[in-house]
Amino acid sequence: MNKPTVVGYLDSLYAHPGDAVIVRVSVFDPAGRYTADLVRLICGETGPKGPGIKEERIEVGLAKEYAGGEQPTPIGSYVIVEKMPQLGAVEMSLRVWPTLPGKGQQALVSLGPLRLFIDQSGAVALAANGESISTGRPLRARAWHRVKARYDPATGAARLSSAPLPGFHGDAKTEAKGGLPVVKPKGPLLMAAAPKPGGGTTDHFYGKLEAPVLRSGKLKARWDFSRAIDTAKIEDVSAAKLHGRTVNAPKRAVTAAKWDGSTHDWRRNPAHYAAIHFHGDDLSDAGWKPSLNFKLPKNLKSGFYAVKLQASGPAFYVGFIVSPRPGAKRAKLAVLASTVTYLAYANYRRRMTPGPFELAMGALPTVDMTDIVLADHPEFGNSTYDVHRDGFGVAHATIRRPLFNMRPGGRFWNFSMDLCLIDWLDNQGIEYDVVTDHELHEQGTGLLKSYKAVMTGSHPEYHSLEMLQALEAFVSSGGRLMYMGGNGFYWRVTFPRAHPGMIELRRSEDGTRAWAEMPGQYYHSTGEYGGLWRRIGRPPNALVGIGFIAQGFDASTYYRRTAASRDPRATFLFAGIDEEIIGDFGAWGDGASGLEIDAYDAHLGSPPHALVVASSENHSNAFMLVNEEMLNNSHGVDGTLNARVKADIVFFETPGGGAVFSTGSIAYAASLAHNGYDNNIARLTRNVVERFLDPAPFKPPAS
Amino acid sequence: MKPLIDPARLDLAAEYRAKPFGRHSPELQAVLDVMHRPEHCQDLILVSIEPGKWMLGQRLPDGKPPRLIENRVFTRLEDGEWEAFRRRWKALTGQELKLP
Ligand SMILES: [Fe+2]
Repeated sequence: MNKPTVVGYLDSLYAHPGDAVIVRVSVFDPAGRYTADLVRLICGETGPKGPGIKEERIEVGLAKEYAGGEQPTPIGSYVIVEKMPQLGAVEMSLRVWPTLPGKGQQALVSLGPLRLFIDQSGAVALAANGESISTGRPLRARAWHRVKARYDPATGAARLSSAPLPGFHGDAKTEAKGGLPVVKPKGPLLMAAAPKPGGGTTDHFYGKLEAPVLRSGKLKARWDFSRAIDTAKIEDVSAAKLHGRTVNAPKRAVTAAKWDGSTHDWRRNPAHYAAIHFHGDDLSDAGWKPSLNFKLPKNLKSGFYAVKLQASGPAFYVGFIVSPRPGAKRAKLAVLASTVTYLAYANYRRRMTPGPFELAMGALPTVDMTDIVLADHPEFGNSTYDVHRDGFGVAHATIRRPLFNMRPGGRFWNFSMDLCLIDWLDNQGIEYDVVTDHELHEQGTGLLKSYKAVMTGSHPEYHSLEMLQALEAFVSSGGRLMYMGGNGFYWRVTFPRAHPGMIELRRSEDGTRAWAEMPGQYYHSTGEYGGLWRRIGRPPNALVGIGFIAQGFDASTYYRRTAASRDPRATFLFAGIDEEIIGDFGAWGDGASGLEIDAYDAHLGSPPHALVVASSENHSNAFMLVNEEMLNNSHGVDGTLNARVKADIVFFETPGGGAVFSTGSIAYAASLAHNGYDNNIARLTRNVVERFLDPAPFKPPAS
Repeated sequence: MKPLIDPARLDLAAEYRAKPFGRHSPELQAVLDVMHRPEHCQDLILVSIEPGKWMLGQRLPDGKPPRLIENRVFTRLEDGEWEAFRRRWKALTGQELKLP
């Protein structure tokens, strides 16, 4: 039951040949020694029915033993105002919407030895040098309160109060006064955290804060969180201009005390969004020191790579993509690695939390010893599938921390599933480059312009508008797109400029989702409307012919060819395939259609001329129609009863001479290696690749 | 009180053992729907202690790592699922599940 005892991360999820790569490493092994190596990943763990782990060492002079220790990860968001003037008697006020009152001491405002905080009982308290007075009346969770405090450093006299804001009945204003030790309040000023002796912060607050004011003599600092919402800046609107900044990306563009439902877009009335939601488990940058530095060879093949770190226990893989340097000679085929989706899933803890997992999934959750390391280390932050300790959804994910899913093992999903595509391409001797979602977002369609065809990963779920526009432009200008998975092009993500390496996600409205965004908060901090692309107006069906229809995680099944598979337009697809049933095998669940599946739907924008050439059938009870397909709950939605629960393989031509081929299933990739790569799924895929790389233009049928 | 699942229906247990993943009969699915309720699922999880080796564990609150609950190693996921089924059967019927 060995666990990895060393972890690490890189500063980017992709690098180019010739680049210098910095690795930040933390070693838990008490011996403080570890080894490192660079490997190209060819295939991941596939279970007994697949080819299993294949990797290739790359000599870059990295393979040595190193000394290292554990690096701290300062998790928890707060505001800091570094430069503060001399303070005399102070008066503080702010609005507070606590989410975990009574769950530990939580700082509201810290001025050196003076702290305004919520005490163990959940009541507002003021402390000087650790001695405190409390109102004694707990704040109500998820309700707004006005909190005030005064302290005179000459005498130690203190008073404080908390009062519910109008609209909440039953709670009264409470006051307390008394004498506290004489201390000198001083900067830096912190909100939502307290300074920890010896450095760092502690006593992080969970909940929303709004409109903090600090008076001292002539000073009347007033921080207005409704300003610069789409930044990490905190503006003091007083003459003193005591500006601050947020640390670890607390959630902004959240509803404030004034919010009354009259607007849902923070940009239309920022005063209704003058609050910030803090969490003690927010993380935007682990901030570790560089540990290793190496150079990628100039002629390195594009692909999936990992820095393999090992101390006692199994290796920890720090996965990344090597993509071609801009301007370098390209292959004709690009594999688009779903780095944004990998990031959205990174550090997924929920599989380990209690609850009726199998009712939704159809099988027990599974984890491995690397996942256990994640559970041992809450400071590595959450995934966007988790909720914060206060129950609110995790809307941010950063690359600047160890990521536990960009590896060839663990859950057979995303990164490790996508290696099945790499393994197959290598086996077939098909030349390809691997490029990333992140580059697509940064560079737009220019990233793809020299490619004939682009192949997605098995689960390209998360996209920014820029990424979708780039793919749309690629396809409409004659590009060929192979969508090799399921539940793709589903959620919007954004890239807040103030937080490099971080994505933002709001699970707005509905959808198959791990949590629901709060009312009034459906717009991202970037001003973009969050949620499913089908609700926003760019359904996956329009881009790739199909969209999410069902999911189940117990077993996969096969596809049956349709009459359309004999259409002359589809002949090339099935060349050399005589079978009616295809994909009745595979390393995931014994079939090519499984996990998350997509279907054709003209009402959602699937092109009318698209050919559905095969559809899966015989899905299990665990596969249920996705809730965004239902207006109300109902019986009869599982795979044994509902004819809509099926994956469609779709092909269509585009007006610019391009074409789209979609498999509609995540499990499809895991079938490619069956029978020594000689099977009808591999054949079909090969037929598509060959034709898609052929420059002869496609033509949609005359209507 | 009548148990929520019928301990006499060993045929359904046999159906599950033969095919824990994939299509089930409506009657087996009804048994599973009881076993998988939050109050009966026992928060079980399968922990891979090394590739191809699994142990049953219990999921714990507050993000803590699962507690391994049995000193048995399964080499197939199906065997782990079967063990979970047996534990739930016993908890719901009061009877040890024994199949020929
Ligand atoms: Fe997903």
